[in-house]
Amino acid sequence: MVNFEYTIKDVHGIHARPATDLFKMTKNYQSVVRVAKGDKEVPFKGVMGIMSLGAKQGDTVKFSFDGPDEEAEMAAVKEFIEANL
Amino acid sequence: MIVLEGKAVFEGVAIGKLSVYKKKEQMVKREKVTDSAAQIKRYEDARQMAAAQLQALYDKAVKEVGEASAEIFEAHQFMVEDGDYIDSVENIINTECVNAEYAVAKTGDNFRQMFLDMDDEYFRGRAADIKDITERIINCLMGAGDGGVESDEPVIVVADDLAPSETVQMDKDKILSFVTVHGSANSHTSILAKTMNIPAIIGCDIPLTDEMDGQLAVVDGFEGKVYINPEPQVLEEKKKIAAKEQEKKALLELLKGKDNVTLDGQRINIYANIGNTKDLALVLKNDAGGIGLFRSEFIYLGSDDYPTEEEQFAIYKQVVQTMAGKKVIIRTLDIGADKQADYFELPKEENPALGLRAIRICLTRPEIFKTQLRAILRASAYGKAAIMFPMIISVGEVKKIKEIVAAVKEELDNEGLAYDKDIELGVMIETPAAVMIAEDLAKEVDFFSVGTNDLTQYTLAIDRQNQTLDEFYDSHHPAILKMLKMIVDGAHKGGAWAGICGELGSDLSLTKEFLAMGFDELSVSPGRILPLRKAVLETNVSEYKKEKGYI
Repeated sequence: MVNFEYTIKDVHGIHARPATDLFKMTKNYQSVVRVAKGDKEVPFKGVMGIMSLGAKQGDTVKFSFDGPDEEAEMAAVKEFIEANL
Repeated sequence: MIVLEGKAVFEGVAIGKLSVYKKKEQMVKREKVTDSAAQIKRYEDARQMAAAQLQALYDKAVKEVGEASAEIFEAHQFMVEDGDYIDSVENIINTECVNAEYAVAKTGDNFRQMFLDMDDEYFRGRAADIKDITERIINCLMGAGDGGVESDEPVIVVADDLAPSETVQMDKDKILSFVTVHGSANSHTSILAKTMNIPAIIGCDIPLTDEMDGQLAVVDGFEGKVYINPEPQVLEEKKKIAAKEQEKKALLELLKGKDNVTLDGQRINIYANIGNTKDLALVLKNDAGGIGLFRSEFIYLGSDDYPTEEEQFAIYKQVVQTMAGKKVIIRTLDIGADKQADYFELPKEENPALGLRAIRICLTRPEIFKTQLRAILRASAYGKAAIMFPMIISVGEVKKIKEIVAAVKEELDNEGLAYDKDIELGVMIETPAAVMIAEDLAKEVDFFSVGTNDLTQYTLAIDRQNQTLDEFYDSHHPAILKMLKMIVDGAHKGGAWAGICGELGSDLSLTKEFLAMGFDELSVSPGRILPLRKAVLETNVSEYKKEKGYI
């Protein structure tokens, strides 16, 4: 398993548009992705779960990846959120 | 006559009968089932049907109101196919052995509540989206159609609130106006009303009773008022306003989508000047080819402290995305002189029009300048942005600016942040100095835009703020017209294009002259775009040139 942490820069936090785009992207990979904010962790299986974290600007979220292509998926997710969130 | 007040979200006057919109409220009953697998299959089918409906709505909305407003249906489609939502529904069906309708309704309520409980307004707003998709899936399960407007003649639609899927499904020819009890100015409904060009009033305490159905009413989107059973003189007066609006709309419809091309085939770009994101609806409504001047000052003037990169980025990104690939020319900070922000702590000056202002502030305080450039460059990844620098007097300044831009680009590269590598850079021509060195400036940049107000002030030595000088002020002064010609020629010789973004650009008595001079673009306030397009379409440039003895 691999993971990384990221502090949200976007003023709107993790909102529908980037969450949707991010989710679309992860569909190209096979690893199991989980997202956590504080004690709350959700599997990344859709946009509602990740939005339910209510992550706002300045909040730190943790993405973890477990599976055959975990490194590649993490790199892709990282690149996306650094550019969009 | 009853007069009700609300908040107008779009101006205009509509006169017609009221039609109370009735939602098909679905009563969902909890039923025990023995075959859970069959319920899950029913849910899957309903989900697919809902997704297909949303796809159709998306296609329809793209055609009718543009891609930016249609995106909501794509987002809804994703919500319908959301893994978390699906898991919850299937889990309820399996563990409680209940019907699919109930499981969907309960899931929808749970998710909705979760969003309503959040302390952020944006997320709370998403609760409405969940409700909308949940109702859609339930309707699919129960085989029910959508609610709607049942009328043969165009009506004023009255409702508690309207979901985007409801407004887009309505037959547009049958809608004169929207009046809702709830809703916010930024709700999808308001945005759709704006893009549909019809008056709409929200937050209006109108009773949603059967008696209201069919009553004659006037919706005045200028005053934010609804007159039910208007008195004859009120009706007469409103009819006159409506007729005038109709005339304007007819012109708009006639000219919308047309190329800005003269009778003899010369093209010119007509863009819009805006000073705030609020003006975007007007830009789209008036069919601007782009934004020729986005004044960024409002971001600074509306703030008590220096706006951050993120604040600015969010604003520029919104504008660039809304324009969906059309050019957006963002002018960097132009404060000083008559526009002051206290936190800049600018020194008091004897003669602020000739003082520390615009690019001069940016070059003396590069950290403020860099923050803005970073924000603009990052936004350029989302569409077509261009950057314009005000108050230029020398080639040296432009070179300095380009060095700073290059340094900022390098920073972004190092941080792996995306931006448009070919972003166009331009300068405002508003000082006589810039006119005299136009060709040299043109070699350094991609475009010019003439700020005629300042150029006139500096050329005629007349203070713009001083009304007692009005009799000396001549916006058509031959010196200014000669300069304009010099600017275009200098631009083209140096390999740049030239436009006008000052007041003079919308002066229709000069349109032919500007075309003859060879301007490539005119940027005017949104309401002036279509009259200007009309003037361009009616011009024959080569004949005009002969008439004037230019050729």
